[in-house]
Amino acid sequence: MITVLFFASLKEQLGCNGISLSGAGINTINDIKQSLIADKPDWSKWLHKPNLLCAKNCEVVNGDCSVTSGDEVAFFPPVTGG
Amino acid sequence: MHYIEVQKKDFNVGYEYQQLVKDNSSDGAVVFFVGRMREFNQGQKVSALTLEHYPGMTEKLLAKIEAEAQERWPLEDSLIIHRYGRMEPGEQIVLVVTASAHRKAAFEACEFLIDWLKTKAPFWKSEETAEGTKWVEAKASDDQAADKWSEK
Repeated sequence: MITVLFFASLKEQLGCNGISLSGAGINTINDIKQSLIADKPDWSKWLHKPNLLCAKNCEVVNGDCSVTSGDEVAFFPPVTGG
Repeated sequence: MHYIEVQKKDFNVGYEYQQLVKDNSSDGAVVFFVGRMREFNQGQKVSALTLEHYPGMTEKLLAKIEAEAQERWPLEDSLIIHRYGRMEPGEQIVLVVTASAHRKAAFEACEFLIDWLKTKAPFWKSEETAEGTKWVEAKASDDQAADKWSEK
């Protein structure tokens, strides 16, 4: 299983805090996006936003980063703390 | 002492200073930065803001930034407290404290920590205005401020 989390504006746009994926056929972060969009086509415009960030196990990574079962992957907009 | 706290409740600057200087006669310079909630943002009145964060990643990221500051400057002590949840104008949002033998390291490390925190730590602000609640957009000026520390 791969745990996928969404934060801030993205969470509201998708209307979803997170989702669990079986991990079958998923090798990279980009595969996760494809899998989510295949299931929910209207998520495409939000998950394809160019400034969207991604973290794997709490480290910021790129779309071609590999993922395996047990990983926690999060998608979120640019941060605005401080 | 290098310390991080992500909390909902407010913090007390005077208390944190007393804790820091207690039994400490090596830190000749202590710098405090307090980030507070403004009642205006980009010309619009804001009645409250809510800070969301990514529990787990936030603490990890702040620890990483603090470790980076320790590598760059001779920091004896540092403290980061960042709040989350709903806040009203005038409330304190974030505290960054740096202490060193001399002021230059303390000043620079404090500025570095808040600049990196603002562009790297997973916090997101939403603001309540007369037109409704909206998410705050990331600012290019914050990226530029953080970038100036990247070259070392």
